[in-house]
Amino acid sequence: MGIGKSITRVDAYEKVTGGAKYTDDLRPANCLVAKVVRSTIANGLVKSFDLSEAEKVPGVVKIVTCFDSPQIQYPTPGHPWSVEPAHQDVADRMLLNRRVRIYGDDIAAVVAEDEVAASRAARLIRVEYEEYPAVTTVEQALAPGAPVIHEERPDNLLAHSRFTIGEGDFDEIVKADPSLRVFEGEYDTQAVQHCHIEVPVSYAYMEKGRVVVVSSTQIPHIVRRVCGQALGIPWGKIRVIKPYIGGGFGNKQEVLYEPLNAFLTMQVGGRPVKIELSREETFSCTRTRHAIKFKLKTAVRPDGRLVARKFEAWSNQGGYASHGHAIVANASNAYRHLYQDEKVLDADAYTVYTNLPSGGAMRGYGIPQVDFAMEAHMDDIARGLGLDPVELREKNCMKPGYVDPGTGITCYSSGLLACIEKGKAHIHWDEKRAAYRGQTGPVRRGVGMALFSYKTGVYPISLETASARLILNQDGSAQLQMGATEIGQGADTVFTQMAAETTGIRLEDIHIVTVQDTDVAPFDTGAYASRQTYVSGMAVKKTAEKFKARILDYAAYLKKRPADTMDLRDSAVVDAHTGEKLVELADLAMEAFYSLDRSVHITAEETYHCKDNTFSFGCCFAEVEVDIPLGKVKVLDIINVHDSGVLINPQLAEAQVHGGMSMGLGYALGEQLRFDDRGRPLNGNLLDYKLPTARDTPELNVGFVETIDPSGPYGNKSLGEPPAIPPAPAIRNAVLDATGVAVDSLPLNPQKLVEQFTAAGLIQ
Amino acid sequence: MYDIEKIHLAKSVPDAIAALVKDPSAVVICGGSDVLVKIREGKLAGCSLVSIHGIRELEGVSLEPDGTIVIGPATTFSHVTNDPLVEAHLPALGDAVDQAGGPQLRNIGTIGGNVCNGVTSADSASTLLTLNAELELTGPDGVRRVKLENFYRGPGKVDLAHGELLTAIRIAKADYDGFGGHYIKYAQRNAMDIATLGCAVHVKLTADRSAVEELRLAFGVAAPTPIRCHKAEELARGREIGPDLFQTVAEAAAGEVNPRTSWRASKEFRLQLVRELSRRALKQAIIHAGGAVEC
Repeated sequence: MGIGKSITRVDAYEKVTGGAKYTDDLRPANCLVAKVVRSTIANGLVKSFDLSEAEKVPGVVKIVTCFDSPQIQYPTPGHPWSVEPAHQDVADRMLLNRRVRIYGDDIAAVVAEDEVAASRAARLIRVEYEEYPAVTTVEQALAPGAPVIHEERPDNLLAHSRFTIGEGDFDEIVKADPSLRVFEGEYDTQAVQHCHIEVPVSYAYMEKGRVVVVSSTQIPHIVRRVCGQALGIPWGKIRVIKPYIGGGFGNKQEVLYEPLNAFLTMQVGGRPVKIELSREETFSCTRTRHAIKFKLKTAVRPDGRLVARKFEAWSNQGGYASHGHAIVANASNAYRHLYQDEKVLDADAYTVYTNLPSGGAMRGYGIPQVDFAMEAHMDDIARGLGLDPVELREKNCMKPGYVDPGTGITCYSSGLLACIEKGKAHIHWDEKRAAYRGQTGPVRRGVGMALFSYKTGVYPISLETASARLILNQDGSAQLQMGATEIGQGADTVFTQMAAETTGIRLEDIHIVTVQDTDVAPFDTGAYASRQTYVSGMAVKKTAEKFKARILDYAAYLKKRPADTMDLRDSAVVDAHTGEKLVELADLAMEAFYSLDRSVHITAEETYHCKDNTFSFGCCFAEVEVDIPLGKVKVLDIINVHDSGVLINPQLAEAQVHGGMSMGLGYALGEQLRFDDRGRPLNGNLLDYKLPTARDTPELNVGFVETIDPSGPYGNKSLGEPPAIPPAPAIRNAVLDATGVAVDSLPLNPQKLVEQFTAAGLIQ
Repeated sequence: MYDIEKIHLAKSVPDAIAALVKDPSAVVICGGSDVLVKIREGKLAGCSLVSIHGIRELEGVSLEPDGTIVIGPATTFSHVTNDPLVEAHLPALGDAVDQAGGPQLRNIGTIGGNVCNGVTSADSASTLLTLNAELELTGPDGVRRVKLENFYRGPGKVDLAHGELLTAIRIAKADYDGFGGHYIKYAQRNAMDIATLGCAVHVKLTADRSAVEELRLAFGVAAPTPIRCHKAEELARGREIGPDLFQTVAEAAAGEVNPRTSWRASKEFRLQLVRELSRRALKQAIIHAGGAVEC
């Protein structure tokens, strides 16, 4: 009764009327304000501070520096903890860092009565540094004699991984078969930022010897763990509360300033202290999407069949490990998933420390990068072979039944070919490909497309665990409590639909608890990896089944008949065969609460340990108009078509795709974090960072192909991240179709296009 | 929370000037769309402000008997755009200021602030230059007038002494009557952006509308300050509408401007835009002046 319906978001009214409480809305009246003091160099050592002028500022309560904070290195990514040390995240930063590794590194903090006092004092702090040359590129960081950024990694190489799928040597395969065509390309992607509306914000206070942290986070249970690790105190001494949050997109799948916030309240006797970053700090001092450079080499038969490929990728990590090598490793895995080779694929991936802001998790987790490179390369191959780009892809793409040799992840369901058909039909692919051939003149049009595949959750790389709880009320309604988090994506709504579907309780009688409080919320690692409908959804289903069984058990007692002859439908216990109503759930609940004979508070709580994974798919088709002399690309038409299995809430699913496409458009055409050669951010603000506005956004068309995935709780698979993946390569390929110019780096911004059009002789 | 030490809310122009004279460190604020940004960045933190916001005599657009249009400097962008006199006589100016920022900014940001800010990217500046705008500056010692073109002294620097206020922007009838105008803001985004290049044209055609009688061409972000291209204008005088005109103006303009390479855009890219936008803006301005252009 809940699945597949476009019910109104359960939080719509609260959010639209301003009733929904976000972190800053909940801040206590006597809250102090902390400002982080940031390094003005990107690489070096803090020698000393002069706090004398800062301490004189009225309203300053406390200044702490990297010389008087815990010297404990801790990890920050929102990964499930591993009990095996070899699989634990890299612990390479402290609450405040003496050894400065990025411009704007956290070196001290001022706690004051208000923001003005804190900012004034922060500006007056004098810092003496020992400065080292800044390293901003992978090439610089790997060069012999480069400054060492972390002493644990003297070569600045955070990690290198490689794999071979299939057998044979690329060069020998090519030598042995002269009919093979070889294509090579280098593709480069840029660092971008999440640009969630609500900046990272938290406040912390002490209560009965424990620290309470209220934070805008995707991962409250992980924040609790990392606060404990960073401060060296028992995890049970930390309580994390996550209210409504205004977007995260992976930047809040990271423990950012919560540990420092917890430390600061401990320094001021437990008084509440707030840390709210500015937008500029968010750009330069939180996390970014990794810039990754790819070198691809492919041997292919003239008919388009892929025979052998080589893949190399270099990921610019920035100053701290954060999610680190997991990103480019995920990218290299995806390279082997979407297309398979007749003979062999060799892949090498490197993650390299530099002095730029740290790369972390961002919607798509390495896949938008590799999809750009892979799908640009596929179009280059198709062009070289004179094949239709769609035909080339159809010939080589993953089919149902595929089993990833590295992880065992199985393709249980695929609507990919049907997605392609839908996309082609929408954009009028064949007609427009023909119509746009041989254009001349300054303004030209073209069509392009790209595919993607995406896993659902992190199994078997990491633990997948989720829990849920249902609690019956006297009126027959129930609270649904999740460890998984609503971060704007609509999780609370779809969990509500799932609970109604499986229990038989009416949708309006399921009250989801939106706040996660680690003292009482069941355990779940949080919102990331497009995992929640799949993994946490199964926890809802399992809990709902147990809850329903307990209700029917009570009905068996009440009605003196076997539980398995009854069912719960529309909030009433009915005869399972005839549907005849036996007792309203509300009446049953009253009896269960207050019975003098048998009082039971009916609840259920289950953990689901997920040991499976599945692929979702989709494509983007785009039509562009290129104004060559001005280097401008106008997207005339664009559609994403997705196979995410069964849609729990079609309207929310469509909204999810809109958001992702918008991110993909920005990634394709304008967004790019820029730095000077000293690692200083040049455009870390919303004016100079070209996030598209509503007026830059064409109508976003969305299509779905609904398969039923046998491994998903309701036939569903991932949808959260995938929509952001294919627009950039589709637009790049459309520009190629329009102009014949293959742009091999993102973004396709006007200056780059004018340069490349000039080089190609399109501009005199 | 803004770090403002004190603010004087001026009731009138003399009151504002007196307050400025009394406080040599005071900064004038009107809409606040530039000043508040600087305070937030820390550049003006702890500042002393004199607000001229709400002084009626500085707002609105009026027509003097000789046809001079007088724009109050405290007129917001959206009020400039929607003013009937601007719509009737200065449509290119109304269109230009309608491209600044987004709706919220245009409802608070003022044309006078845009001019006094002195930045080369100001959306009103290049169009006002092509209208030969004259500024009326009022200070403790009285009123003086200066041509907008002579007002700019360098990047962010203008000919405005402490204690002086811009009190009117004046455009003579001869400078708009019979002209067709057009402004192209070239930015990466279609809203909420700063110009990579701004190109303004006002053109008057010969009686038979076949040739240029007078051209005025100005750019933003093509030099440290907004600039006019007088050489290109001279070369256009009397020239027939056709490919030769557009080519001549484009090349002359490219030789006259002085864009620099910054991380925002290279000199070469900006020069390409100067050539291309002068052609496109001139074509559109000719159409607005009643001429015909073969594309």
